Amino acid sequence: MSKGGLMKLGRKPDSGRSDGRSKGRLLAVVAAGSAALLALTGCGGAVGGGKEEIVVAIVSNPQMQDAINLQENFREQHPDIDVRFVSLPENEARAKITASVATEGGEFDVVMISNYETPMWAENGWLTNLQEYAETTEGYNPEDFVPTIREALSYEGDLHSVPFYGESSFLAYRADLFEEAGLTMPEQPTWDDIRRFAKELHDPAKDFSGVCLRGLAGWGEVMAPLNTVINTYGGRWFDMEWNATLDSPEVEAAVTDYVDLIRDYGQPGAATSGYGDCLTRYSQGNAAMWYDATAMVSSVEDPESSLVVGKTKYAPAPVEETEAAGWLYSWSLAIPAASEHKDAAWDFISWMTSPDYIKLVGEEISWERVPPGSRLSTYDIPEYAEVSEAYAEPTLDAMAGASQESSMAKPVPYTGLQFVGIPEFQDLGTRVAQQISAAIAGQKSVEEALRQSQRYAETVAESYKTGER
Amino acid sequence: MAIDTATAPASAAGRSEKAPKRGRRPSSLLTVLTWILAIGFFSPVIWMVMTSFKQESAAASNPPTFFFEPTLDQYRAVLEAGAGSYFLNSLIATGVSTLLVIVLAVPASYALSIRPVKKTQDVLFFFISTKMLPVVAVIMPIYVIAGQLKVLDNIWTLVVLYTAMNLPIAIWMMRSFFEEVPGEVLEAAQMDGAGLLKTMRTILMPMVAPGLAATALICVIFAWNEFFFALNLTAAKAATTPVFLVSQMTSEGLFLAKLSAASVLASLPVVLAGWIAQKQLVRGLSMGAVK
Repeated sequence: MSKGGLMKLGRKPDSGRSDGRSKGRLLAVVAAGSAALLALTGCGGAVGGGKEEIVVAIVSNPQMQDAINLQENFREQHPDIDVRFVSLPENEARAKITASVATEGGEFDVVMISNYETPMWAENGWLTNLQEYAETTEGYNPEDFVPTIREALSYEGDLHSVPFYGESSFLAYRADLFEEAGLTMPEQPTWDDIRRFAKELHDPAKDFSGVCLRGLAGWGEVMAPLNTVINTYGGRWFDMEWNATLDSPEVEAAVTDYVDLIRDYGQPGAATSGYGDCLTRYSQGNAAMWYDATAMVSSVEDPESSLVVGKTKYAPAPVEETEAAGWLYSWSLAIPAASEHKDAAWDFISWMTSPDYIKLVGEEISWERVPPGSRLSTYDIPEYAEVSEAYAEPTLDAMAGASQESSMAKPVPYTGLQFVGIPEFQDLGTRVAQQISAAIAGQKSVEEALRQSQRYAETVAESYKTGER
Repeated sequence: MAIDTATAPASAAGRSEKAPKRGRRPSSLLTVLTWILAIGFFSPVIWMVMTSFKQESAAASNPPTFFFEPTLDQYRAVLEAGAGSYFLNSLIATGVSTLLVIVLAVPASYALSIRPVKKTQDVLFFFISTKMLPVVAVIMPIYVIAGQLKVLDNIWTLVVLYTAMNLPIAIWMMRSFFEEVPGEVLEAAQMDGAGLLKTMRTILMPMVAPGLAATALICVIFAWNEFFFALNLTAAKAATTPVFLVSQMTSEGLFLAKLSAASVLASLPVVLAGWIAQKQLVRGLSMGAVK
């Protein structure tokens, strides 16, 4: 503004009064603003009339997205229930659901959890017992759930969450390349076999790796496959007296073989690649083998996102000392104890985990997208049997064998195969995973990594040894 | 991003003009360097926009594909996934909190710069000290308090938090802009009989308008992009755009193309706001730089 402009402000010096008046006006403006805000807040809290509203928190995996897309079907069957979804990636969802359920925040009526949380949370009294709901709902048939999964989701014999899908782990391999190279995958491969095949097929000049294995730090990333290797090598995290045993020769042999395999014949940048990265590499034709979750089939065999459809065969999880080695995991649905809409929440859960829902996905979306591994009857559906010919049997076999009895050489005081079923494991597992990732990246030796890991595990074991837990 | 690219060449060119004895060569070198930097900074955005028009398998391919048949499928999928309500929540949280911040920060910074009160420095330090505690350290108490007050998953909770979060920055920024105003101008106004409100409205505000625009835009950007509070304190009703973005990610399956499309849509409002306020911004952001 120019000086000339300033000069035009010809007003009598009466600043005292004008200040007073302007203050009054300012107050009025602020008061009006606050009133408007309060009024808006009132409007913000209002909920659509008459319907019972439930909030469902789920993990944003493809099959869960399908459920969101099919919600119209549920609304038709239950016009009196309004369902809203919160869908987040695994880590965010897990943190948010845990915080809400543990503090009884009450934001959610249905939560997606896994067989890791279910027994622990049931013991804490955070979950609603679903056994009676499951038994009394017509046509629901809880006996049809895959037995190992049903057992993993039960606490004191009662279901506390019900499976949406279940998975084990197996080995995907490029049958076309194996044939070309004159290699034959044994019916039950060992980790020595995998190393031999990987060496044969590894071709870094063409950005093609012999094998893809998770190396990303995280208890749900590198630790999942690696723990199955530790199990089958005869290793364990804790012995029956809760002594940490990560420095045992068995664990060292398992971790050394896993790390060497990745470093010698694995994908580039392995220390930062997890499930997603391996999925991309394998389905884009850049890896000969991939040992990971059985749920991979819905992406590997999907022509829209994969270049290796029909070229893949599946073998059981590689073993060393045990007869089986696959893991067991299930994304399942539960009702937090703090929910105020339990009946409506069960209506939704029973819709999303019923045999009818599986048929609905097959007919409305595609049979490849059916959530696998939750119900035995899924595998009797002719349409599904047809599309899943290559992987139905390996999946079912892997799940049937996924128990501590068949996959571990020694007894352990905790539940879980690819995880240790204690609340501290999220933190402990991730810390140990960081050590392993560092070893994969070549920043430290396996021996050093395990020495540090052993110290972490000893700290955690302390409270279990003294009987505090 | 738009701001970076808009201001970088302008200010670089401005500076080179003021260096008289350097001749033409260094100036053109500087221009080339500026362009390289600008393109370097901008390339992830170009990549994002390109990826958003690809199919998922093309987006994931390695080596990357540069020639592909563009598709709007990803945008359709994002819009069908109900992006609207998230955008509306973001608009409310950003708009109302920025408005509140400006309403509170202008008088506060006026008092702290033009009419300094006792212990002004302490007050200023107190304001900025609220930014020193990492958010993650207070999230649990805030979550529990919000839970007990029954205001979890309520957009007005975010409005209050974003106002509190941006207020210290806005006060500090506005204070530096107010300090630029020569005292003589205010004295002249007073001599002419202008009261506080009149001085504010007709003299001060037009002079610091570019600064006000810059401050408001910074608040808009921070509030629009805020993720941590939004993720932890909202669920189905009050979730904002950044939460919508992460919900497009999945640990199983491909999502890069869809995520890119969602990100393009999410960054549009801020880019647009920056573009509209560009003229003011260049002045506002370089205010105080030349003494």
